[in-house]
Amino acid sequence: MAILVIAEHAGGTLSPASLSTITCAREIGDTSGGDVAVLVAGSNCRGTADEAAGLVGVAKVLICEDPIYENASAEALAALIQPLVDVHSHILYPATTFGKNAAPRLAALIDSQQISDIQEVIDADTFVRPIYAGNALATVRSKDTIKIITVRATTFEKAAPGGTPATVEDLAPTDDNELSKFIGAELSASERPELTSARVVISGGRGMQSGDNFTLLEEIADRLGAAVGASRAAVDAGFVPNDFQVGQTGKIVAPELYIAVGISGAIQHLAGMKDSKVIVAINKDEDAPIFQVADYGIVGDLFEILPQLSAALAAKQS
Amino acid sequence: MKVLVAVKRVIDANIKVRVRQDGSGVETANVKMAMNPFCEIAVEEAVRMAEAGLADEVVLVSAGPQQTQETLRTGLAMGADRAIHIVTHETLEPLAVAKLLAAVAARENPGMIVLGKQAIDDDCNQTGQMLAALLGWSQGTFASKVVIDGDTATVTREVDGGLETIAIKMPAVVTTDLRLNEPRYATLPNIMKSKKKPIDPLTADELGVNITPRLEVLKVEEPATRAAGLKLETAEELVEKLVNEAGVL
Repeated sequence: MAILVIAEHAGGTLSPASLSTITCAREIGDTSGGDVAVLVAGSNCRGTADEAAGLVGVAKVLICEDPIYENASAEALAALIQPLVDVHSHILYPATTFGKNAAPRLAALIDSQQISDIQEVIDADTFVRPIYAGNALATVRSKDTIKIITVRATTFEKAAPGGTPATVEDLAPTDDNELSKFIGAELSASERPELTSARVVISGGRGMQSGDNFTLLEEIADRLGAAVGASRAAVDAGFVPNDFQVGQTGKIVAPELYIAVGISGAIQHLAGMKDSKVIVAINKDEDAPIFQVADYGIVGDLFEILPQLSAALAAKQS
Repeated sequence: MKVLVAVKRVIDANIKVRVRQDGSGVETANVKMAMNPFCEIAVEEAVRMAEAGLADEVVLVSAGPQQTQETLRTGLAMGADRAIHIVTHETLEPLAVAKLLAAVAARENPGMIVLGKQAIDDDCNQTGQMLAALLGWSQGTFASKVVIDGDTATVTREVDGGLETIAIKMPAVVTTDLRLNEPRYATLPNIMKSKKKPIDPLTADELGVNITPRLEVLKVEEPATRAAGLKLETAEELVEKLVNEAGVL
């Protein structure tokens, strides 16, 4: 039976987390023999469906173009997907706020116990997922016939274009249940790469002392093509908006290089970044837990070190 | 309007959990327990609704062993009116909890149900959404602001790109994110008063819900640990290491 990926997309393209979810679906398919199908629902999403159809490992794309799916209401999406479940063994969503909101609604409607945030596929029934903010890993086997899963994007490669074009099949919208109406969004506009898919991330914590001081991080971010993140303490203090937060309850990132500045390294934060390839910590407290996970650490005043780092990077680039 | 708040008893957020040697789970014996932090935010929000005259009764519900009553008492001391304790020693999965809560909702007829967005033990982030589905209600998840106006709730949600605002039909399920409010500390007089507030016991059987787990936990293990690395003196040294040793610049 096929594996269905519910795609998250915006601005005419699939999200990076959707691409990773497709790779996870492919891994499940390799053990179960199932094909991978992708559902793209929204307004004006023909181009996105074609993008999905061209990815390696995708056998079929379902498209449902209707304004009721434009803002990914969990209520409308679950009603659309529920009639499709019987011909699928697994339904996968990326473990982003999109998938976390939508997946459990479908799971309850079809009486399946969802498996959240999987980071490894053992076989078609068995998966590894973090618990206790990543302080433990649980290997769980599902007894449900149809498995509803959200996928931790950082542990799966992104599906690549260049596959044999898959068939694209139109799907009729289901009735709008009108339970939820989109009013508006305040999305952060940034020239910088998106936090969860950036190659380099530089994050600030309470040690930054103010939101204005984040310009010190932005300067370095621009030199490195990096995204800017923050600890929960910095977000709670109002230095930066909530969508900057890296951690158990914020975003999970795993870049090539993660630079933690003025961040002590609470368990909550470590859960969101400890799978980064190289970790750098800059903190004035030499006993800060962040140094226990850092590959390179500098103990000192960040207000002295950041300008020096910026200058050193400029010297290297010139 | 009656507001139902579901709360969970978990290992205290400040305790570092230890994985059991035999891989069967994490050590919970003699470990300090507390109300899940997101559930505290849920209780606070409901109590504020009552204080603002939007709710006339705040009812807590939790499922678990006898000690769950301590967690319910904490919520009663924060200002909830009464509590329902679903007594069970089974391991509960989110779908089972959602079914129990749906059965309680059918008896209690609340206008809104508030839950934490996730529990910090299993990190599932499912129960509220599942409950909304089972009841056929709307859902406002990861809320950072909730405004109730008649039969509509306007919910500002914390999403990956920033904030999103939706208007949902009441009755509704709302799950709380970190910045919805700052939970109060219970005062001593309120703690004393909470001891007289009723906690009514119920069982899964009485509610007609099958709570048999669907997931089999094969093993629980410690994640691979990272070794502490090098302490450097200067930014120049750092850039040199990142270029030549780590190869990430």
